[in-house]
Parts: sequence; C-alpha cells; structure tokens
Amino acid sequence: MSDLATYNFAYLDEQTKRMIRRAILKAIAIPGYQVPFASREMPMPYGWGTGGVQVTAAVIGPEDTLKVIDQGADDTTNAVSIRAFFQKVANVAVTTKMREATVIQTRHRIPEETLTEGQVLVYQVPIPEPLRFLEPRETETRKMHALEEYGLMHVKLYEDIARNGHIATTYAYPVKVEGRYVMDPSPIPKFDNPKMHMSEALQLFGAGREKRIYAIPPHTKVVSLDFEDHPFEVQKFAKPCALCGAHGVYLDEVILDDKGGRMFVCSDTDFCEERREAGHVGELGVANKEAAE
Amino acid sequence: MSELPLLKVHELSKFYGGRIGCRNVSFDLWPGEVLAIVGESGSGKTTLLNCLSTRLTADVGSVEYHMRDGQYRNLATMPEAERRFLMRTDWGFVHQNPADGLRMTVSAGANVGERLMAVGERHYGRIRETAGDWLGRVEIGLDRMDDQPRAFSGGMRQRLQIARNLVTSPRLVFMDEPTGGLDVSVQARLLDLIRGLVQDLGLAVIVVTHDLAVARLLSHRMMVMKDGHVIEHGLTDRVLDDPREPYTQLLVSSILQV
Ligand SMILES: Nc1ncnc2c1ncn2[C@@H]1O[C@H](COP(=O)(O)OP(=O)(O)OP(=O)(O)O)[C@@H](O)[C@H]1O
Ligand SMILES: [Mg+2]
Ligand SMILES: [Zn+2]
Repeated sequence: MSDLATYNFAYLDEQTKRMIRRAILKAIAIPGYQVPFASREMPMPYGWGTGGVQVTAAVIGPEDTLKVIDQGADDTTNAVSIRAFFQKVANVAVTTKMREATVIQTRHRIPEETLTEGQVLVYQVPIPEPLRFLEPRETETRKMHALEEYGLMHVKLYEDIARNGHIATTYAYPVKVEGRYVMDPSPIPKFDNPKMHMSEALQLFGAGREKRIYAIPPHTKVVSLDFEDHPFEVQKFAKPCALCGAHGVYLDEVILDDKGGRMFVCSDTDFCEERREAGHVGELGVANKEAAE
Repeated sequence: MSELPLLKVHELSKFYGGRIGCRNVSFDLWPGEVLAIVGESGSGKTTLLNCLSTRLTADVGSVEYHMRDGQYRNLATMPEAERRFLMRTDWGFVHQNPADGLRMTVSAGANVGERLMAVGERHYGRIRETAGDWLGRVEIGLDRMDDQPRAFSGGMRQRLQIARNLVTSPRLVFMDEPTGGLDVSVQARLLDLIRGLVQDLGLAVIVVTHDLAVARLLSHRMMVMKDGHVIEHGLTDRVLDDPREPYTQLLVSSILQV
C-alpha cells in the first residue's frame, strides 16, 4: 500500500475541506465571481489540475461516482492519474460513462451529452482572470470587476476582428454570468460555451496556482460576449464524426499516416463509443459486431 | 456658453509628509476656458493637477464639478464608480509620456475605441468608423489604424492619446506637459493641433507646463506656482506682458531673453 492510504478521506483534512467548501458556497452565491482560497499543495504538480482536484476533494462523498476527462478523453495520463488518485484516497466508484457519474472533473471540454440535475462538473482552470491579458495589475482587475467595468473585454474582441476579420478567439471565450460578472470558462472550446447556459448541473471552477474558485449554479444565464455586427458563433464542422457519424459535436483531427491522411472524430470519446455500441457507424468506422448481430 | 463655472476649487492643499505639494489653491474654471499652470520644477504643478483630476486625494479643500445634469458635485465624496465613469466620459487626461495614457499593445483603432466600448457601444462597424474619424482629426492616416502605438513616433503617440481622450466628447481635459519630450518642430505642430481642437470643441483645459511659450499659445488664463503656492494668477497676456510678482518677472525675462 502507498503512503496515501493513511490520509484522510479524499486526501485533504476536514479543516481544509471546510475552508474550500466555504469558498465554493460563496462562489455559488455570487455566480461568476472569483473567490480567493488557500490553495494547498497536492501530490501532483501545478498544471495537472490541482485546483480542480481540491474542489473535487471538497465536494466528493463515498456515494459519488467520479468521471475524469481530459480534452474529452478518459484515457490520457492526466485523466487516468486523477481518477486513480481518488480511487486510492476516497475509494469512490469511477466510471467513464457520463450518465453514471455524479461528479465529473474536466480539463478543456464539456461532455456532449447534456448534464442533468444533481451532477457536478468541476473544471481545471489555469488562468482564472479574463481581464489579465490587457490589464496585468491585479488591484485594477479586481476594481474593474467590482465596478462592472468590462469595456476591456470588448477591446480584445475588437482586436480579434481588426486582425482576422472575425472573432478568432476559439478557446477560453469570455462569458457574462447572470448579467453581472465576466468570467473565463477555462480553455474549453467556444463550441462548449452554450452548454454552460441554463445547465441543470452545478459547475465549479478551481484554479490551484492562482488560488481562485468560481461557480455557475444550476439554471444560470451564461452569455458569450460579442458585437451586434459580429455575433458569437460556435465552430462548425464540415463532416460528421468519421467513426460514429455524429453531427453537431466537437471533433478532433486525427492523423492517420504520414501521407497526409486524416480523419475527424468525436473529442468526447465516451460519447463516441456509446454511439458505436448502439450501432452508429461513420465513414471510416467499423460496424459494431454485437450491435449488428 | 453657460455662465456657471465648470470647476470650483476651494483652498486645496496636499502635503507629502511634512513637505508641501500644493497649498491653499482656489480658483474657478469656466466652460471652454484654457488654464495654464506654470512654474519651475518641483513647484507643485503636477500635484495640483492630480488633486484636481482626483488622481490624488487632497488633504484639505474641495473641488466641485458642474455635472451635465446641472448639479455641482464634490469630487472627493463622489462614489468611486461614478467618479471613474466621469473620468472616462466627461473628462480626459493627457499624460506627458504617451505610454502612460495608451495601451501600447493594442491597435490605434482599439485605443480610440476603448472608451466607446466602455460606455456600452457594441457595434464593431460603428466603433471603427468613429475611431477612424478621430484618427483623421489628429492627422493619423487610416492605414495606421491597425498598427500598435509601439510602432508610432513620439508625436504620433501623443496625437493618438489625444484622440483616445476626445472620442467621448469630454468637457474638461487635463494635460500634464503634453509637449514635453518632443522635438521643437513636432511640438509646434502638436500645439497647433491642440489649439484647433480646443477651439472647435469648446473644451475646457487645465494644462501643466514649464514652457511659457506653450502657455502663451494655448491658454486664456494662467497661474504661476512657486513652492506649492499660486503666487500670480491672471489673463495669460497680462501675466506674460506685465508680470506683477518679482518671481514671475524673473521667469518671464529669462524666457524672453532666450
Ligand atoms: N509622491 C511624492 N512623495 C513625496 N514628495 C513628492 C511626491 N510627489 C511630489 N513630491 C514633492 O512635491 C513637490 C511638488 O512636486 P510636483 O511633482 O507636483 O512638481 P512639478 O511642478 O510637477 O515639477 P516638475 O516640473 O518637475 O514635474 C516637490 O517638492 C516634490 O519633490
Ligand atoms: Mg510635474
Ligand atoms: Zn464519434
């Protein structure tokens, strides 16, 4: 057995969990507002989702079922090690199935299938401050949030259009939460932004290095910033998933060979597998035998 | 214009510990009037300007501003949100060093458009059009609109800073040595431009300068400062042609002899 076996349930001591829960409750009470918290050292380096892990550790209970996704996939090193960590320190059930999970920790994606009441989505956040890129002074950005001075966000979008002819921001696309706070949704593709709007699930955001927690409670308005003459749009894909044939989902490019062969497949691997199990076949997919039988 | 002062300044003082920044300054500023604050280095010009514009908090005295709704408001007791809104709509502030007043890493167009976006303009095409108009008024070609001010000369940066401040049609603009640090020929062109804009727009301006030629060219009235005090105050032509205080006489004679 490893040393971890001697730790408290979910690794953190009860005192620390209470402190994080208080920050979470405050974050839920003020949707989109970044609440400072005393981020702890975790047995993994920053950049590996220590903020998300602490939030998950503070909300997870023995009855929960955990799913961890990284860029849509359940099987990357990051996702596997976080899942293993919670199996070890909390002995919770884990799953790759979106519908079985009660707590989902994610890096860079929101699952394709709509989240439902009772589910908690925990985002790993590298940089929580959406105003940072143009205003590096923390005292100033805090004041801008307090006074609702968000003109600068549109300066960024203006620059995008001036340079590219359209809003070229595709990740970490800023949103306004419940008509008040401007928030960085973490580096999810803007394709996922509409899924945050009026979601039934509780969405929690944890930034470990920056020591911030913020939240979108269920049924909260989340609006992507834009201009009247350059309205917000999500990415569109020319073809459906090559493996499962799904339309209107977020696709990743996969290189097939060194002769330029490529295909576009669901980034949400669990979603894609389930569709294939149900017998859906894309252009390059192989028909599922059991389903076909 | 209106027969009421835009700004009413009453016995304003600012101390840095035991040192005097400025002491007991009172005056009224009228709409459309240009007031120059002159004096040697360390005489308290910047301190006074910053107290007037609320960038510094005065220790004693009051500054009242005539709001667009006709009310006078004490700037020191105005809520911060309202004061910051006033500063980016009805006021301008032109810094000596353009880098202090510009966003050096965004385009000229965005620098000018920022105030519009800050007050809720959400139409890209309109923002761009207005920014383009203002760049034209400060003689910056439309072909430079998408360039960052980092690529601009000192004079261009200063003109851009002015456009960025004027885009919301402010009534009052503060300037701290707006031509300082520029070549003489560039200075002359910038002064011409400022004078033209001030006249066209009917702006009230409080301009700090240690250069009496700038005061002569731009201002209607001037205040001479020494050791934090205003020692002489009057119409610019009167003060420069017929200075009363020995110190002002010295200041004027030294410049005229050059
Ligand atoms: N932050 C500060 N702390 C302490 N003393 C200050 C501070 N700022 C200015 N002073 C002092 O207050 C006096 C007035 O300074 P101020 O900068 O207002 O003068 P100025 O007329 O603008 O000078 P210059 O022409 O050199 O810009 C000087 O004695 C100066 O040393
Ligand atoms: Mg000064
Ligand atoms: Zn698929």
